Amino acid sequence: MRFLFLFLFVAAAALAQPRDTLTIGITQYPSTLHPNIENMAAKSYVLGFVRRPLTAYDADWSLVCLLCETLPTLENGLARLETTPDGRPGLRITMRLRAGLRWGDGTPITSEDLRFAWEAGRDPATGFGPAELYRSMYELIVIDARTVEIRVDRVTFDFASMGDFQPLPAHVERAIWQADPRAYRTRTLYDREPTNPALWSGPYRVSAVQPGQGITLERNPMWSGVAPHFRTIRIRTVENTTALEAQLLAGQVDMIAGELGLPVEQAAALERRTQGRFRVEYRAGLIYEHITPNLDNPALADRRVRQALLMAVDRQRIVDQLFGGRQTVAHSNVNPLDRMADSAVHRWPFDAARAAALLDEAGWRAGPDGIRRNAAGDRLALDLMTTAGNRSREQVQQVLAAQWRAVGVEARVRNEPPRVFFGETQRQRRNQGLSMFAWISAPESVPRSTMHSDEIPTAARNWSGQNSGGFRNAEVDELLERLPITLDTEARRPLWARLQAIYAEELPALPLWFRQDAHVWPMWLEGVRPTGHLNASPLWAEQWRAR
Amino acid sequence: MIAARLAQIAITTVALSFVFFMLIGLMPGDPIDLAIAGDPRLTAEDAARLRALHGLDQPLLSRYLAWVGAVLSGNPGFSRLFAQPVAALIGPALLSTLTLLGFALGIAVIAGTALGVLAALRPRAAPAVQTLALLAQSVPGFWLGIMLIIVFAVWLGWLPAGGADGGWRGLILPVATLAFANLAAYARHAASAMASALHDPWIRSARARGASESRIAWRHAFPNAAVPVITLIGLDAGALVSGAVITEALFARPGMGKLIFDAIMGNDTNLALLALLVVAVVTMLGSLGADLAQRALDPRIR
Repeated sequence: MRFLFLFLFVAAAALAQPRDTLTIGITQYPSTLHPNIENMAAKSYVLGFVRRPLTAYDADWSLVCLLCETLPTLENGLARLETTPDGRPGLRITMRLRAGLRWGDGTPITSEDLRFAWEAGRDPATGFGPAELYRSMYELIVIDARTVEIRVDRVTFDFASMGDFQPLPAHVERAIWQADPRAYRTRTLYDREPTNPALWSGPYRVSAVQPGQGITLERNPMWSGVAPHFRTIRIRTVENTTALEAQLLAGQVDMIAGELGLPVEQAAALERRTQGRFRVEYRAGLIYEHITPNLDNPALADRRVRQALLMAVDRQRIVDQLFGGRQTVAHSNVNPLDRMADSAVHRWPFDAARAAALLDEAGWRAGPDGIRRNAAGDRLALDLMTTAGNRSREQVQQVLAAQWRAVGVEARVRNEPPRVFFGETQRQRRNQGLSMFAWISAPESVPRSTMHSDEIPTAARNWSGQNSGGFRNAEVDELLERLPITLDTEARRPLWARLQAIYAEELPALPLWFRQDAHVWPMWLEGVRPTGHLNASPLWAEQWRAR
Repeated sequence: MIAARLAQIAITTVALSFVFFMLIGLMPGDPIDLAIAGDPRLTAEDAARLRALHGLDQPLLSRYLAWVGAVLSGNPGFSRLFAQPVAALIGPALLSTLTLLGFALGIAVIAGTALGVLAALRPRAAPAVQTLALLAQSVPGFWLGIMLIIVFAVWLGWLPAGGADGGWRGLILPVATLAFANLAAYARHAASAMASALHDPWIRSARARGASESRIAWRHAFPNAAVPVITLIGLDAGALVSGAVITEALFARPGMGKLIFDAIMGNDTNLALLALLVVAVVTMLGSLGADLAQRALDPRIR
């Protein structure tokens, strides 16, 4: 009897023991832990736990303050219109850090840390990724230990979005940067000594790093916000999703992050097989899968051909059959969940008969082999390229090829590894046919880089620019220039509506769907709110709890 | 002879470094292209600035000479993918690969040779050995790996499904997967070499002298039959270091195969170059080792 009590006591104690470790599986390892060098999803995910930017878009896709005290607006006076020294319209933005913020070594986070980040970002030798933000911030004035004024040389509606401008610990990093800005990216402590607590400002700090394999995080005792529940978080990189699923089933990882996890179809199959062992949540995201036609190709330059190609594809059926209905069919490049999405945008139905009629009208008549030909006898045969090794896209390609063949269009599948595809093939616009890939953006992101005629890569511009289809439309150019400088939200709405209407009509890219992330959690995990964009869920990791 | 071979290895390594550098450099795309694909906010100005900063706007030959200069000064460069000095990455990956494939190859050699010798000595066992060898050769490694994971990690929960932090228990499934795949070649080579050796004239002489069958097999036939097996081990030395990409990926283990694959796909020239050179050098040293072992075993080639 005594043994029974002892057993029950031990068992009860074991059951009552709080879960204080969470092991997360992701499919990519961050190439650097420096917040400002190179952007990639894995880095955004890991850094979400250990450092905080000034602002971020939350799970409702609204801009919120994380390190700042109040979001600057024209109404609250923290943003003021002014004229730059060279006479252009500009803004003066006041950013005030929250009280009590400290780096992991106890040093307060101050305006000097913002000033250091600004100075390093402004110096082209430093090698930060997107530097447009720093180029626009032509002056930073320290008002007091927690307040800075930032003067920017342009007026844009998203001026308060300072996610890319984040404080860097000047007390440990400034000397390294000053010694040699060109070598800073290889000498920064973020990569040489990532377990240094002075680098981290989030609820966790990095406690161990195994390059390529995993990163271990521990609670940051200097964190001044809500105390996080988990004492230790282990992030394990398993690139092969089959292996990742096996590790989940074997209990080696507790959850799979949706931001960098299983494809939806694999998650749906796992959900069916394991029935109630895991919670799988699907979150619509801002990754836009599309097909970019090269408009230098005379066949694709004809809008009717592009419209016919889209109508010949049953996108909803593809989503239902290949992805278990888990993707959101796209009708333009604006996600339906975006506040600027126009629900009245034209939706091209699946209509093979109309597609065939449009091709007839465009001068492409059925040939003896079933493939259409124009008056010159050219066959309507197009290269269809995507990233080799991406199973989902390769499956979709097969369906597309079959559905296009049914209306007399031949799609020749020609895939390349991502480094080749995104290298010269896309950059130098070498594919004269159709390219299937994805763009990721932030909420209400003006698609200037992918739609403006100034962004068409050409040899004269050293192939820079991301409008790889070569789309030109004067009205779109004007809209893309007016949208950022239209500060009033309601005044922007008709501009966005017009942009989407032109997109749906002209089809600079054939919209496929917006990808969903599949988040796989243990039943005992609560409080994770996936966002669907690059400001990943760990930015709110202090709200994660074990039941 | 050894000095001449070592000199040959050194010259070949230098030539290979040039060939590898040019081949990697001539591949389409550069790291900035990949960065742009992942971040549409990178402007044309950013791309040009970053290319200049990384030296990607320089001619390939100047970049090669700069790399050679850096290597000669003891700095083989920085990995773009892992933000670490490349030398610091190759050591652990090489150790992990050598551990994994060393055990796998050791088991494959011992078990495969034993089965081959058994097939040669006991003709009635030959069909069973041949069937096993055929099975080992035809079962795809990734399928076997997945099956082993499902049975031993997911269903039974005895062993970890992967990762490098499982200690010796984490080695069992990947070693078993690789050893089974490699076993067939050693069994077949050992069987045919042993069968051939057992018909040589000196075996008849040994029998005529009244030597026991076990002495004939192990003292006279086996050393001769071992020569082709050793050649095979020497050839496998390259594979030993270049790793087994599929097994490493399936069991989420770090290793040279995965490192080289990631480095090439991720446009990490410094890392890919050094890793490929390490593989080339070890392959050449393995071949030298096999030659030396053959000379020790077979007086005719001394």
